[in-house]
Amino acid sequence: MAVFKMPSLGADMEAGTLVEWLVKPGDPVQHGDIVAVVETQKGAIEIEIFEDGVVEKLVAELGQSLPVGAPLAIIRAPGETREEPSDVAAPVAPQAGAEAISPVAKPVPPVVPTAAAPTGIPASPAAKRRAAELGIALESLTGSGPGGAIVLADVEAVARAAQPSPKPERGAYLAEMRKAIAAAMARSKREIPHYYVTHTVDLTAATDWLSATNADRPPEERLLMGALLMKAVALAAREEKAVNGHYGADGFIPSAAIHLGLAIALRGGGLVAPAILDADQKSLRELMEAMRDLTMRARAGRLKSSEMSMATLTFSALGESGVEAMAGIIVPPQVAIVTAGAPGAQPLVRDGQVIAAQAVTLTLAADHRVSDGRLGSKFLTALDAKLQTPEEL
Amino acid sequence: MTEDEIRRAYIEELVRVAPDLDPAEIAGSDHLQDDLELDSMDVLNLVIALSKRFGVAIAEADYPQIATPDLAAAFLAKRV
Repeated sequence: MAVFKMPSLGADMEAGTLVEWLVKPGDPVQHGDIVAVVETQKGAIEIEIFEDGVVEKLVAELGQSLPVGAPLAIIRAPGETREEPSDVAAPVAPQAGAEAISPVAKPVPPVVPTAAAPTGIPASPAAKRRAAELGIALESLTGSGPGGAIVLADVEAVARAAQPSPKPERGAYLAEMRKAIAAAMARSKREIPHYYVTHTVDLTAATDWLSATNADRPPEERLLMGALLMKAVALAAREEKAVNGHYGADGFIPSAAIHLGLAIALRGGGLVAPAILDADQKSLRELMEAMRDLTMRARAGRLKSSEMSMATLTFSALGESGVEAMAGIIVPPQVAIVTAGAPGAQPLVRDGQVIAAQAVTLTLAADHRVSDGRLGSKFLTALDAKLQTPEEL
Repeated sequence: MTEDEIRRAYIEELVRVAPDLDPAEIAGSDHLQDDLELDSMDVLNLVIALSKRFGVAIAEADYPQIATPDLAAAFLAKRV
């Protein structure tokens, strides 16, 4: 038995209100399944589970405000007999969840996890349940999960398309988000001694390569300069490891994986920076796809708990029009953020001549407790080098 | 399809790409990036949706032609 607890929801997000359960007792769950939805200052967040097993009992109730670490459900591991875990009897989070825990487990009929829906179409339990609720036939869906399996996001995408989501009290929602941003950024500036290094990168090669690559591609296969910059940041972070990881009570812990947060500005003054996991391992096409998916879900207010908390480094770009440079504030517990001004024609010196060329000015803000300007300089130099051979990104 | 029908379809796709936009508040002359605050990823998502819906090829060089509902309606009407 394992107690499934409220995961971290990102910097300075301490609690979420449970608004939806997507599983019920007896449902099999797998690592990565979305089992619940909580409402937070940064919108609705889908809570993923990281255990395999069967839902024994739902502990948290709808409408409860649950702090990070509060018990949500009890999960029986595969092959395990039904038994109350000893550590759930003690209230883990006194103000939330404790009352909901009944001392006696209700008998639950044994459930044999099935590999596929009765229709033979592979689908996650949460996806099946949601599709059934909405009356959507699994046959009508295209799966984006492993092996083409239908996952919850596929069902939700169709449901959303059919029924434009209402926009309740957007002003209040943005005001709450602004509070969360204020808390995280104030903490960052209070605790993290930032230093900054700036470098202008010649984008002639990258711009030419991008135009040539996109010319004969249908729009869904086109790349944006943002994807090239993201990939170059991820690859440079592989070389200069002191920009990638988390700073906690025990100091800096570098991360082997590069989970690159992508800052996405929302209309009216919101900002989220969900992570693209293993960004350095993705091809440009895959990275582009992930960025597109993330942008759409950020706009719809539907990000996942892992995306909100796992970023090890963040990238933020002003987009295609705007000023030439921007310096960022590090998102705790990360130790660096890379920012890009708008790419455009800039005066550069080449072979002793001043020429006008496509360029972008990149700024690294990094944590001086972890690294120094010399490392920051090496990082941006490595990033520059990556962008000179775009075909290798 | 008339230009009005195209404009309505364009706004439908636009709101699908950016669900936080209110279709009632989008003016025909609103610029995707300058007025509606779309970023380049949103514009690409819209181009993908419009290409599928209208079966029209929209090259990168044509992006300025679809930058407002009015411009897009005129541009697409000539091609559908």
